[in-house]
Amino acid sequence: MGMWLFLVTEILLFGGLFCAFAVFRSWYYADFVEAHHHLDRVMGAVNTVVLICSSLSMALAVRSAQMSKTRLTSLLIGATLALSCVFLAIKFVEYQHKFHEGLLPGKYFTAEGFHGHHAGMFFAVYFMMTGIHGVHILIGMGLMLWLLRRNLRGELSSRYYAPLEGFGLYWHLVDLVWIYLFPLLYLIG
Amino acid sequence: MSVSVTADDLEGNPAPRGTNYLNAERGLVSWLTTVDHKRIGLMYLGSVLVAFALGGFFALALRLELLSPKHTIMSAGAYNQSFTLHGAVMTFLFIIPSIPGALGNFLVPILLGAKDVAFPRLNLLSLYLYWIGAIFTLSSIVTGGLDTGWTFYVPYASTTNTSVLSVTFGVFVLGFSSVLTGLNFIVTMHKLRAPGMTWYRMPLILWSLYATSIVQILATPVLAITLLLLMAERVFHIGIFDPVYGGDPVLYQHFFWFYSHPAVYIMILPGMGIISELIAVHAQRKIFGYKAIAFSSVAIALVGFLVWGHHMFVSGQSELAATIFSFLTFIVSVPSGVKVFNWISTLYGGSIKFTAPMLFAMCFLFLFTIGGLTGLFLGMLSVDMHLHDTYFVVAHFHYVMMGGTVTAFLGGLHHWWPKMTGRMYSERLASVAAALYFIGFNVTFFSQFIMGTRGMPRRYYNYLDQFQPLHAFSTFGSWLLGAGFLLMLYYLLKSLKSGAVAPQNPWGGRSLEWTEAASPPVTENFTHRPVVTEGPYEFSRGQS
Repeated sequence: MGMWLFLVTEILLFGGLFCAFAVFRSWYYADFVEAHHHLDRVMGAVNTVVLICSSLSMALAVRSAQMSKTRLTSLLIGATLALSCVFLAIKFVEYQHKFHEGLLPGKYFTAEGFHGHHAGMFFAVYFMMTGIHGVHILIGMGLMLWLLRRNLRGELSSRYYAPLEGFGLYWHLVDLVWIYLFPLLYLIG
Repeated sequence: MSVSVTADDLEGNPAPRGTNYLNAERGLVSWLTTVDHKRIGLMYLGSVLVAFALGGFFALALRLELLSPKHTIMSAGAYNQSFTLHGAVMTFLFIIPSIPGALGNFLVPILLGAKDVAFPRLNLLSLYLYWIGAIFTLSSIVTGGLDTGWTFYVPYASTTNTSVLSVTFGVFVLGFSSVLTGLNFIVTMHKLRAPGMTWYRMPLILWSLYATSIVQILATPVLAITLLLLMAERVFHIGIFDPVYGGDPVLYQHFFWFYSHPAVYIMILPGMGIISELIAVHAQRKIFGYKAIAFSSVAIALVGFLVWGHHMFVSGQSELAATIFSFLTFIVSVPSGVKVFNWISTLYGGSIKFTAPMLFAMCFLFLFTIGGLTGLFLGMLSVDMHLHDTYFVVAHFHYVMMGGTVTAFLGGLHHWWPKMTGRMYSERLASVAAALYFIGFNVTFFSQFIMGTRGMPRRYYNYLDQFQPLHAFSTFGSWLLGAGFLLMLYYLLKSLKSGAVAPQNPWGGRSLEWTEAASPPVTENFTHRPVVTEGPYEFSRGQS
C-alpha cells in the first residue's frame, strides 16, 4: 500500500510538468509543432520498445521470485538493468545531438532556421520532462543493483519478495510516464 | 471516573519510575538511530521548537524595525530578508511539520493500539530529511540570505543575488519528509488498528491527521516540481517562468499556490483535530457530531485543492476564473464552520475545567473564528481589490495559522505533556502564559486588521507617519507574545527536572493513550494488546 501511495505522489509530480506542457503548447502551437519535428522519432520509438521490454523482464523477475527461482530472478533483474542502460545510452546520443545543433532551452537556444520565437520553450519542457524521467531511471538502476545484491544473498524467495514487487510497481510507473511522454513530445503535431 | 488532576493537587516525593521509552536505551546514538515513533516524535518536537524560536526571533526583529517609519534598526535589504526568513522558517520548518511530526508521530500508533507506525525506518528517514532540508534552508542565512518573500515569486526569485538555490533545494528536501510522514500515517491507520478499533471509534485527531496526510501526498509533489522548475530557471534560464526568455510569471503563481493553498490545510487540520480532543476531555463530554467533524476534515482536504486562485485575484487571471475561485472559497469555509459549531455544542452542558489545555482550546475558538471570518472578506472579489497585499491579509493568516494552529499546538503540547514526559507542569504559570499569549496575540494582530483596511501595504519597510501608532502598538504586542513564550519555556523545562510525577490519566481521557498506556509509555506502548469495545469519548454518566 505504501508503494501505491508513493506512486500517487509521482503522478502528481509529473502531472505538473504535463500541465506546463499543455499550457505552453496551447499558447505556442505553431512553434511547438515546428520544434518537435527536430526530435528523432526513430530513437524515441526504439526507446519506447526498450522500456516496455524492461517492464516485461521486471514483471517476470517478480514472478520468478514468487516461485523462489533465485538464479532466474537475478538474470531477469540483470536484463532489466541492461535494457535501462540501452535506454540511457540512446537518450545520451539524442541529447548530444541537441547540444550540437543548439536546440536548447530558453536562453541557450541558438539553432537557426526557425520561424517562430518560442521554440526554446519547447526544448525547455522537453529537457525538463525527459531529464527528470531520466533521473528516475537512474534511481531505479541504483535500486535494482541493491535488489540484485539482496537476491544473490538469498534474501528474496516465495516467503518474502515484497521489496521486489514494490520496485516492480515503481518501474512500471517509470515506463508508463515514458509511454505518455513519447507520443506527446515526439509524435503529435 | 477520574476527574482532572493538576500538578497543584499532587504533592510528595516522586515514586520511582519503571522502564519506559525514555530510559530504555541510553546514549545519543540510540536516539539518533531509533525507530521508536515516540523518540522520533520527541526529536521532531525539539527541532520544530528551535525552528519556532528562530522564526520568532526574525519576527521580533522585523517588528522592532517597524516601530518607526524609515530606518529603525536595519537597512531595507535586511528588512526584506527578515520577513522572508520569518515566513520561510515558520512555514516550512515549523508549522507544516509541527503537529504531524511532533505530536502525530507520538500519538498515532498509541491511539490506534499499535506498537509503532507501518514503516518505522521510513519514519526515521523523514526526520533525517527534515534535518537535511533545514540545514540547506538555514545555511542561506550565512551564505547570502533570502529576500524574495517566502513565496519566491518570479522573475525576482530567478534573478536576485541572494541564496535562492539553497533555500529552494532545502524546501524540496523538506517536502519529501512531509510526504513520507503522510504516507506512513495513512498506511498505519488502514492496517494497524487494534481489534475492535473501527474507523468510527478512532479519536477525531486521527481523522484530521488522515485528511492531512491525503493533502500532503497529493499537494507536496506539485511544490517539488515548482521548485525544481524554479531552480532550473535560475541556473539554466530555461525560460518557463521568466518573461525575458518567453516564460510566464503567472504560471509560476498557479503552480506555487496549487500546493501552498492545500498546505495551509496541512497546517490547520491537525490543529482542529487537537481541539476536538481537548474540548471533549477537559469538558468531560462526548463530542457533538462525531461523523460531521470526521467528514468535514476530509471535505476540507478535498475542496481545499480547488481554491488556489484566491491568492491571485489581482494577478491578471480572467474574471471568470476569479469568480469561480471566489465561489469555491466560500464553499470551503462551510466545513470549518460546522466544526466550530460542533465544538461549542460539545462545551454546552459539559463539566468544564479551566486547565491550560482548555484555556488554549477556548483561545482557539475565539482566534480561529476571527481568522476564518476575515478570510471570507478576502474571498470577496470587490473587497479583495482593496485588501490584497495589505496588512489585513497578514492579520488574517496570522489569526488562522498562529491563532489557530499554534494555539492548538500549544494546547496539545500541554495536554499530552504528562503522557510524553511523565511530568506535570505548573498550572498556575501555564495560565499566566496563556493569558500573555492571548492578550499579546490580539494586541499584535488586531491592530494589523485596522492598518490593512486603512491602506498599509504588507512587506513595506517604510510607511506613512499616520500608521505609526498602530505599528508601535503591534510591536508592543509582539513583546508580550515573546514574554509568554519565554515563560512557557521556563515552566516546561522546569517540569522536566522537578515537576510532579504524572499519573497515567491526569485529565480523565477515554482514548487509548490515557486508558492503556503509562505516563510515559513503555517502548512497545502497551503491556498487553488493547481490545477496543467503545468509542473514545465515553465519559461516565455522572457528567452529562
